[in-house]
Amino acid sequence: MNKARHNPLNSAAAHGALILYTLIALFPVFVILINSFKTRKAIFAEPLAPPLGDAFSLIGYQTVMKQGDFFLYFQNSFIVTVASLFFILLFGAMAAFALSEYRFRGNMLMGLYLALGIMIPIRIGTVAILELMVQTGLINTLLALILVYTAQGLPLAVFILSEFMRQVSDDLKNAGRIDGMSEYAIFFKLVLPLVRPAMATVAVFNMIPIWNDLWFPLILAPGESTKTLTLGSQVFIGQFVTDWNAVLSALSLAILPVLVLYVIFSRQLIRGITSGAVK
Amino acid sequence: MTKTRLAALLLTSSLLGGAASAEDVTLTIESWRNDDLTIWQDKIIPAFEAANPGIKVVFAPTAPAEYNAALNSKLDAGTAGDLITCRPFDASLALYDKGQLADLSGLASMANFSDVAKSAWQTDDASATFCVPMASVIHGFIYNKDAFDALGIAVPTTEAEFFAALDKIKADGTYIPMAMGTNDQWEAATMGYNNIGPNYWKGEEGRLALIKGEQKLTDEAWVAPYRQLAKWKDYLGDGFEAQTYPDSQNLFTLGRAAVYPAGSWEISGFNAQAGFKMGAFPPPVQAAGDECYISDHTDIALGMNAKSAHPDEAKVFLDWVGSAEFATLYANALPGFFSLNSTPVAMEDPLAQEFVSWRDKCKSTIRSTYQILSRGTPNLETETWNASVNAIKGTETPEDAGKRLQEGLASWYDPQK
Amino acid sequence: MAGRPRSHIVVFLAPAVIVYTAVMIWPLFNTLRLALYVGGPEGRHFAGLENFRTLFGDPRWSASFWNALGNNVWFFIIHMIVQNPIGIALAAILSHPRLRFSAFYRSAIFIPTILSFVIVGFAWKLILSPIWGIAPSMLDALGLKALFAPWLGKEDYALTTLALISVWQFVGIPMMLIYAALLSIPEEVLEAGEIDGLTGWAAFWKIKLPLILPSIGIISILTFVGNFNAFDLIYAAQGALAGPNFSTDILGTFLYRTFFGFQLQLGDPHMGSAIATAMFAIILTGVCIYLWGIQTRMRRYQF
Repeated sequence: MNKARHNPLNSAAAHGALILYTLIALFPVFVILINSFKTRKAIFAEPLAPPLGDAFSLIGYQTVMKQGDFFLYFQNSFIVTVASLFFILLFGAMAAFALSEYRFRGNMLMGLYLALGIMIPIRIGTVAILELMVQTGLINTLLALILVYTAQGLPLAVFILSEFMRQVSDDLKNAGRIDGMSEYAIFFKLVLPLVRPAMATVAVFNMIPIWNDLWFPLILAPGESTKTLTLGSQVFIGQFVTDWNAVLSALSLAILPVLVLYVIFSRQLIRGITSGAVK
Repeated sequence: MTKTRLAALLLTSSLLGGAASAEDVTLTIESWRNDDLTIWQDKIIPAFEAANPGIKVVFAPTAPAEYNAALNSKLDAGTAGDLITCRPFDASLALYDKGQLADLSGLASMANFSDVAKSAWQTDDASATFCVPMASVIHGFIYNKDAFDALGIAVPTTEAEFFAALDKIKADGTYIPMAMGTNDQWEAATMGYNNIGPNYWKGEEGRLALIKGEQKLTDEAWVAPYRQLAKWKDYLGDGFEAQTYPDSQNLFTLGRAAVYPAGSWEISGFNAQAGFKMGAFPPPVQAAGDECYISDHTDIALGMNAKSAHPDEAKVFLDWVGSAEFATLYANALPGFFSLNSTPVAMEDPLAQEFVSWRDKCKSTIRSTYQILSRGTPNLETETWNASVNAIKGTETPEDAGKRLQEGLASWYDPQK
Repeated sequence: MAGRPRSHIVVFLAPAVIVYTAVMIWPLFNTLRLALYVGGPEGRHFAGLENFRTLFGDPRWSASFWNALGNNVWFFIIHMIVQNPIGIALAAILSHPRLRFSAFYRSAIFIPTILSFVIVGFAWKLILSPIWGIAPSMLDALGLKALFAPWLGKEDYALTTLALISVWQFVGIPMMLIYAALLSIPEEVLEAGEIDGLTGWAAFWKIKLPLILPSIGIISILTFVGNFNAFDLIYAAQGALAGPNFSTDILGTFLYRTFFGFQLQLGDPHMGSAIATAMFAIILTGVCIYLWGIQTRMRRYQF
């Protein structure tokens, strides 16, 4: 590769800018994490001090752990998030392919129809969704949540994926057709691998609101056996809560799993991005 | 109808899980009091279950900010629990009018409550009562006794003494005189305006006159509390504009502020967190010897989901909630939530005892905006939050605030037109 | 392609359309329909456009609506002029082929995006708090204590502060999208540019930027839709009343307060739906302008 695009001065400036922004990005998370290990007095006396010596306390975590089965909650959150992402990506990519690949009457309208959902806050449809789940017997099941999140994630997935699919070369697809590949094979074998970076991006974007959602678990699956982590930790976050140890610990517990998930997905994401770029 | 039955079936089957035996009935309580979860689990529910084999009770609270929206959605779709914790006045009345809360007028233990206690959970003509009253909360000021002793300040009884005390604390500089912020807005109205206001509008007299349209929010009695709030500004901590409710609580319990405009519900939390002696005093009167008035607000009650699958068992529980046994248990487990039961309850907590003793010296009233007056748009309660904050910050004069609120109220409330 | 059976189009579209229609569109429009009704003691009845007349005609309602819309526009402008340029710049630096630790930077900068609004609201309130805040003492250490103000409590600053917090949280999204787009630019194109003497910034402006314009279009429209639907951050930080004095009220908080009710104010699904319909119209207009006015005219390069 070419050396003209690489000089040490630029590289130092690049690292400087990135380090500065990384600090800005991580600082608040750091503040929450260190304070979750401190006594209440220490949190307020010196919020930036490390949790050492007298300041160290696990009282917050003890309070939180007493309150429920956090391992089960984590498992529920995990199942809901992964299953929803799977359906969003599969159904979303299929629809995006249909929209970007084929000229048919109503293509544009169908695209618009599939985008309508991101234009209205889905919360206002709560009662109708709840009635639907009651009628179909899905209330207090994880499937109810998976269906809602799949529907909620589809518009964005279709929108982003169809934009990326338009950039996939026609020659490639036509070559496949000449070789006698079916449209399904073209989609699964030729196009999907090429839009992997976009798929990874959609997965990461959708993972966050699903994992962090409080509203639909509260309405559709509030039972003890189907509680999600976010719902389980909401007990500590309310108008009359002064127990900051517990609040900070609950928040930290809610951050950690999603951080781990993100690190796993981000490996995939980067692998996807690089493999998509190299052709 | 089949829809509801299906819902109830699904709900109960999922809640029963498998732990309970086949004949056991499980009742679920919807509540916004997530702070009280352990008290219900460890004290209240075991006491009931021991006396009533065959009925299991689950306390399933929602964070307060989401409670109304989540409950209404669940009631509309038929998935709400059997027992519903009732907010006072219109929020619950609306549920009753929609047929979602059952009429409990016939419940035997309703006889244990006075008409005033029941008034927050009745139809306007008092013909039907739909929730069993549980508790009221009293407003006043909690103070740091150690700080007052160290500075040689006596408990103030008049406004002049109150501000003299605040001046003294401010001049000394060790403590922030008063812990309150305006970021969350509601404290300014609830612990500010409606705390000190009854002394000006003479409690029930003024409150009822406002409802009848005989007094206006531009009258001196309703504007003067804003004038006092405007004076509070100088005694609040730096940056009080962005100070939140938990900030204020922590400022006080960490011993950094001397006075806390309070509701009695703070007592149990403060007892657990403050490392100093505390006392309390009612809102100071304008001049020595004036009759004093306190806000003794009917705050929380328990009703029954009209579509409950187990109405008989739910009524057994509600009957127990209306008993003297429950009153004693609840008032002592949650000092600061004062029983509304006619049977006197012995209180063990000294601070709670101090608050409740004001009922004998002063005349009780409830928050002025809660009954009838917050039915329309603009909503008087919400407007009062805003006006109280503006008054404290000095961004709106007390007179302008009164005028704005009066115009808003008159725009939809006929007796005020 | 003519002559081939086209049933596969239906197969490709069906799963998404079915789930989406049943669980999202039907419930939403079933609710939006309520905008045409009013409730009352004698039950719900059809009222035509009465609710919209109230929303835009009644001085109180319309003042709230225009206040929320104005705040929302400002919220969007901050995102467009702060979030998206920062996102693009970070992506441009990150996409440098020989950059070390780029995986670390990329992951770290994206972390705020994966946090829940509750955490973001809580963390920033803690940092900016005038009482135990970290911001005042840090500014003090720099000798800039005088610059500190209780920003979230001041009508003039609160909205901008919250918008910047939101930018902090979401800058990872434009960064990732643009990063993916930059990586998919073939090496040959850049090398051809180098032969013509285009390197560094010149290469970015003249070669890369035109090629990533479709992605910039996507992030702009996503920012628009996201901002006009935003609700959670302001709700978590300032409550449903969007204080101080409604200075941070945006359409989402206004809708939530009206639809679900708040404190003593009962929820009004009819007026709430009218507001939701108005929001929907605003967002739909924006998206249509993008779809027909921009997307169809944008030059796309297939590689």
